[in-house]
Amino acid sequence: MSHPLVVTLDKRSAPRTIFYGDRLLEADFPAGTRVLYPRPPLEALKDPNAAIRYAINHPLNSEPLYAKLRPGMKVVIAIDDISLPLPPMRRPDVRERVLTVVLELLADHGVDDVEIIVATSVHRRMTAAEIRHVVGNKIFEAYWPDRLTNHDAEDPNGMKLVGKTDVGEEVELNRRAVEADLVVYVNLNLVPMDGGHKSVTVGLCGYRSLRAHHNPKVMRECHSYMDPKSSALADSVARMGRVTNEALNVFTIETTINNRMFDTPLSFLAKNEDDLTPAEQTALKALHFTLSKLPQPAREAVFQRVPSPFGITGVFAGETEAVHEQTLKKCFEQYLVPVKGQADVLVCGVPYISPYNVNSFLNPLLVQVMAEGYLFNLYRGAPLVKKGGTIIIAHPMTDQFDKEHHAPYIEFVHDVLPQTRDAMVMHKDFEPKFAKNPAYIQMYRTGHAYHPTHPFFMWYWGEAGRQHVGRVIVVGADNEYVPKLFGYETAKTMQDALDMAKGTAPRTPDILLMHVPPIAMGDVTA
Amino acid sequence: MTAAAYFDVDGTLVRTNLVQPTVFYLLNQQTPAQSAGRLLRAALRAPQMALAELRDRRTFNELLYSTYEGISRDRLLLLSEECFDQVVRPALFPNARALVKRCRDEGQEVVLVSGALDFVLEHLVSFLGASGLIANRLEFKDNYATGRMLRPVVAGPEKARLIRDHAKAAGHDLESCYAYSDSYSDVPMLSVVGHPAAVNPDGRLRRLANAYGWPVLSL
Repeated sequence: MSHPLVVTLDKRSAPRTIFYGDRLLEADFPAGTRVLYPRPPLEALKDPNAAIRYAINHPLNSEPLYAKLRPGMKVVIAIDDISLPLPPMRRPDVRERVLTVVLELLADHGVDDVEIIVATSVHRRMTAAEIRHVVGNKIFEAYWPDRLTNHDAEDPNGMKLVGKTDVGEEVELNRRAVEADLVVYVNLNLVPMDGGHKSVTVGLCGYRSLRAHHNPKVMRECHSYMDPKSSALADSVARMGRVTNEALNVFTIETTINNRMFDTPLSFLAKNEDDLTPAEQTALKALHFTLSKLPQPAREAVFQRVPSPFGITGVFAGETEAVHEQTLKKCFEQYLVPVKGQADVLVCGVPYISPYNVNSFLNPLLVQVMAEGYLFNLYRGAPLVKKGGTIIIAHPMTDQFDKEHHAPYIEFVHDVLPQTRDAMVMHKDFEPKFAKNPAYIQMYRTGHAYHPTHPFFMWYWGEAGRQHVGRVIVVGADNEYVPKLFGYETAKTMQDALDMAKGTAPRTPDILLMHVPPIAMGDVTA
Repeated sequence: MTAAAYFDVDGTLVRTNLVQPTVFYLLNQQTPAQSAGRLLRAALRAPQMALAELRDRRTFNELLYSTYEGISRDRLLLLSEECFDQVVRPALFPNARALVKRCRDEGQEVVLVSGALDFVLEHLVSFLGASGLIANRLEFKDNYATGRMLRPVVAGPEKARLIRDHAKAAGHDLESCYAYSDSYSDVPMLSVVGHPAAVNPDGRLRRLANAYGWPVLSL
């Protein structure tokens, strides 16, 4: 018998509403279609501040944080960047809560040489306003801009080689962290691929280290990258993380949040459409209508400027691996839904947001990373779709980019992709040239652009999905040429897409619709 | 085949424009009376220069540099280092040196391409560690400036031709070369290379750069 969150549709079922970028798409699905719904939000901690204090005073596999402190020592606190959580969290962000407790503790112990670094790796620098949102006014006023900074992986004097793993992976990290007496990492763990050794070893590294695992070969060996035990990426990061932790004195603080992505007025978006109350049905229609009439910038503002009411579900502190084990349990508890049997056709609405376009537009390369990367990888066990199966996504795939955040993406999509979609060729022939482009690097260092290698990583991020899936069909694309660049087919309606998918599927294909967001992960048994 | 990075100077690497070094020279004549006289003559030509700037950068350059007429070569060279130290160097954008250094570190030949005068820019070339200079040159007769410029005048579309010639002579593949400028008037120069970038751009260049997906930098 199916899990209650895997709903099988019949002829009387209401149409399903899925995300179509920053709009919604209503579509009918054939009887027998299974719909995977996210779990309801786990109960939030009643007193998160008490939980934070308890965690750092009763750490896992480590002495308490206060026992590591001595007056006059140099402490670097690194925090996760704007890619977490999605969408940004209503204030106070959990990082502000943790920082407040940690900074008080440091002050009480005579530690005043403290720097806070936003662990952006090769992501874009966060703006002052974004950082203020995350750390809160008090900390921002006290530390910005001299002692609260964005990591700069291209600062010629700002990086230091820590060592190499036994398979030759180079660990190069932010010099200030390497030379600190203590590094405290404050994480916000949204999905199982976050956190653990990835926090320091990826968050504070640069291209030299990233290329060890952000490459097509490693990404093809992730089954999935949301399941660290089956991820070559996680293996590589763990090897490098152990080198890091041998050289640095790291104290890890991880936090988990629940699935409450939408506030009460929009919480019906996570519900089974057959269970909507009349009031919710009306609200859904009104939202659908409003979004269909608003211009794109207004739709972006509606979604991006409203922070989410996530609740904090766990705080764990201490030694990196012991902490992360507990974090992963909490993550899986929130997201995993048992699914029996893989589908021939997997259908996903692609929402307006990804980890890489907070406060900007979800460009076509990011649509790709959502479809063949994140959504495909939301599984443990077997993929949700069979080998050679079809993924149908709903998104306009507009040829539009944020000119600052995603400057190197434009050249990637319009110059590299027309020449090749072969990740190995890209990795060998194009990535090294982008990596050295002084203009893009300057934009990364002093503007708010992603590093020039980031679009390549986004392509590799979809590599396992691309190797597994036979076809990708885009419903509702507003142009033909962009999907074609990505090797995708297009369909005007969901019905057209389903008919096209039947051409390469069994007579009565098994169709699975992922009703996300909020996030759900399939715990799939074949 | 190696690559080159071609940098416009005024507004791109430094805050100054062509007028400020000229004013420095006019203010530093042998006597205050000479300075006052030259400044007055320049001021009288200002409306004409303003009109020329709106229509054609080359005509503007010709009018501006005519104010150098009668100044000795020795004096121009003698004051050039001081002009660089007092006018140009303080006006360098904070990240200009870092960008030029990164280009050098990547093995690119760094060439400054500017409508400014060569004897001042030579100091900037040394200071930045650049290796080439394409700049305007004054004509001299008996070691005194005539107020005319030697051909070719470095401005607008001519910059593009000069870059092409330079790349060809140096064996650079233009597709692999970079160009940086702040001004819409330099679109021809930006258009001949494979990697154009707008730096601190004016409104028209910013719009064009956005339309073509060129990187837009702020130094």
